[in-house]
Amino acid sequence: MEFRRKDLLGIAELEPGEILHILDTAASLKEISTRAIKKVPTLRGKTVVTMFYEPSTRTRMSFEIAAKRLSADTLNLTVAASSAVKGETLEDTAHNLEAMEPDILIIRHPASGAPHFLAKRLRCGVINAGDGIHEHPTQALLDLLTIREAKGRLSGLKVAIVGDILHSRVARSNIHALTKLGSRVTVAGPATLIPPYLETLGVEVTYSLEEAVRGADVIMMLRIQLERMGQMFFSTLREYSTYFGLGLRHLKLAKEDVIVMHPGPMNRGVEISPEVADGVHSVILQQVANGVAVRMALLYLMVGGEKE
Amino acid sequence: MSLLITRGLVVDPARNLEQELDLLLENGKIAALEPSGAIPRKGRRVVKADGLVVAPGLIDMHVHLREPGEEYKETIETGARAAVRGGFTGVACMPNTRPVNDSSSVTRFILDQAKEAGLARVYPVAAISVGSHGENLSEYGDLKAAGAVALSDDGRPVMNPLLMRRALEYAKTFDLPLLLHCEDLNLRADGVMHEGRVSLELGLKGIPAAAEEVMVFRDLELARLTRGRVHIMHVSTRGSVALIRRAKAQGLKVTAETAPHYFTLTEEAVRGYNTNAKVNPPLRTAADLVAIKEGLRDGTLDAIASDHAPHGPLEKDVEFSEAAFGLIGLETSLGLNLKLVHEGVISLMQAVALLSTHPARILGVPGGTLAVGAPADVTLIDLNREWTVDVNTFASKSRNCPFDGWTLKGRAVMTIVGGKIVSSEQ
Repeated sequence: MEFRRKDLLGIAELEPGEILHILDTAASLKEISTRAIKKVPTLRGKTVVTMFYEPSTRTRMSFEIAAKRLSADTLNLTVAASSAVKGETLEDTAHNLEAMEPDILIIRHPASGAPHFLAKRLRCGVINAGDGIHEHPTQALLDLLTIREAKGRLSGLKVAIVGDILHSRVARSNIHALTKLGSRVTVAGPATLIPPYLETLGVEVTYSLEEAVRGADVIMMLRIQLERMGQMFFSTLREYSTYFGLGLRHLKLAKEDVIVMHPGPMNRGVEISPEVADGVHSVILQQVANGVAVRMALLYLMVGGEKE
Repeated sequence: MSLLITRGLVVDPARNLEQELDLLLENGKIAALEPSGAIPRKGRRVVKADGLVVAPGLIDMHVHLREPGEEYKETIETGARAAVRGGFTGVACMPNTRPVNDSSSVTRFILDQAKEAGLARVYPVAAISVGSHGENLSEYGDLKAAGAVALSDDGRPVMNPLLMRRALEYAKTFDLPLLLHCEDLNLRADGVMHEGRVSLELGLKGIPAAAEEVMVFRDLELARLTRGRVHIMHVSTRGSVALIRRAKAQGLKVTAETAPHYFTLTEEAVRGYNTNAKVNPPLRTAADLVAIKEGLRDGTLDAIASDHAPHGPLEKDVEFSEAAFGLIGLETSLGLNLKLVHEGVISLMQAVALLSTHPARILGVPGGTLAVGAPADVTLIDLNREWTVDVNTFASKSRNCPFDGWTLKGRAVMTIVGGKIVSSEQ
């Protein structure tokens, strides 16, 4: 199996074999980050552009580090520094970027489908670094790599995804990825934050955190955004935390070797208690490390390696 | 000026007539309708209509012509040209222009521009409330005197039920129908497509069917309360069809329309973030599509209107969530309607009633029939002509059509307004 796509827009359109190929590549590249000189010349002379229309620290840094470890030149556009504030359309931005001949464009955008919009118009490859409430494929890939390292497999696992599923691109990408690879996903959250028709994606839906984590191999907590209160999705943070905040007592319901994940940034004490976040079951920092590996793998596969 | 249309299949739902006849147009009126050969040809211009359908001029009772204010999308002239190209001799234009058509001066301006264009008849629809702000009633008496044929809040529905009640009552004073865009704006929130499986997969915010249905229910109950003239526009859901069917069975004098895209496309058309499939109400599910067809078949839905809504690249070549709602339909409407005839969903007579006779009746405008004395507005249709939709050949200024590249069977080959041929492919 090879990865021969021009763009990585979502997990939904990937074959299981493609996903595993990316993970295997990432696993083999991980070693580079442990060397004294963390750099290989693979992408020398290639240009990687990141374009972030939403604030992000870890995803953008992770892509940038990944590109640099492969010796690519990186260029970062952020909204504040770009023409977006001057009212340039995405269409014009696309053409201007094209004129600079980048090899790959990494985009985060608040509008679902914005990376697809660019991919249709650009000759260079496009990686979706999170679009609206649609997908965040590289997050799902790093989550899979982390799960596989901990469990040795990606099939037959029971995975609980908890929190604001409605607005979560991380949840959508992980649901696609985990169900494709043969794991069983249960989502939990207040009913206002579970999108209608979610069960058509092949997941179980519950409104009880306890039920979701019972017998779980993996618990994935999602960030709750504080502004959702004002939008009538739930009453108070205190109540949210009471019913959907993960504490040590919940871990007793899960498998003994359960791992706890969070895409960050965390609201400590809201959706996750500090004891759990910093506890022995937490793999939150491994997720961050694996983020670099997965992004190196994608840049290698899409810009360097097999296609050339 | 005298025009004789010979040997066509004359279809006139107003008199339940479907027969090969010769039709004589004189002085802007239908002058005679006789068996072939009975009307002398001498000294008359003859149009041979062998194998063609001769229908009363089609009327699209729901279009946006964008003038005044957004002439880069469409003008009254280009819209009227698109209309006659598509077989429509009359169009009712919605008031959401800039400025809003809430005054007799805007109404008169529209009529003047239409007269200058000299193509289709243009029937201005005026705003229910001043500026369509949903606060104060506009001047219905003055608007009617200036030429407005109906009132509407299209695109900016009246959320206050008391204002809607008053509007229905006040409009009775002047015998004007209210054409209602039924949508609860709070429930729609920032939705951009139908709330369902596809919106979930695409990560686009949904507009539930209930956002339409709760308002259909409200407005039907207000029609019951006020006995006002209620017409429900662009019905898109199974639930709305059921509510209207029930209201009619109870004897309420309400009418309703749907648009070709609601019986042709579903939410699936949005995949790929296709902004030309972004329309309000949104494209629904396959089950809704079936219910719309059934509503057309059994007469629950009285009319088909295109909701022709021109937009340019500025509004459409953008992120899906930022794109404007709306698609153009004047030049594809008839072809899509005839698809229903070819599929056996509705009869030819029903199609003509939905596109001509009923809209004329609902709006209270002349036409919709080929009876002697009626205006000489006639559409000649070739039922079997296959053609490919190509937006680059459209008369409309805009290109936002989700049917580009489709092959359709059946189209208008001649459009006659007031006895004058305004569009012809012969």
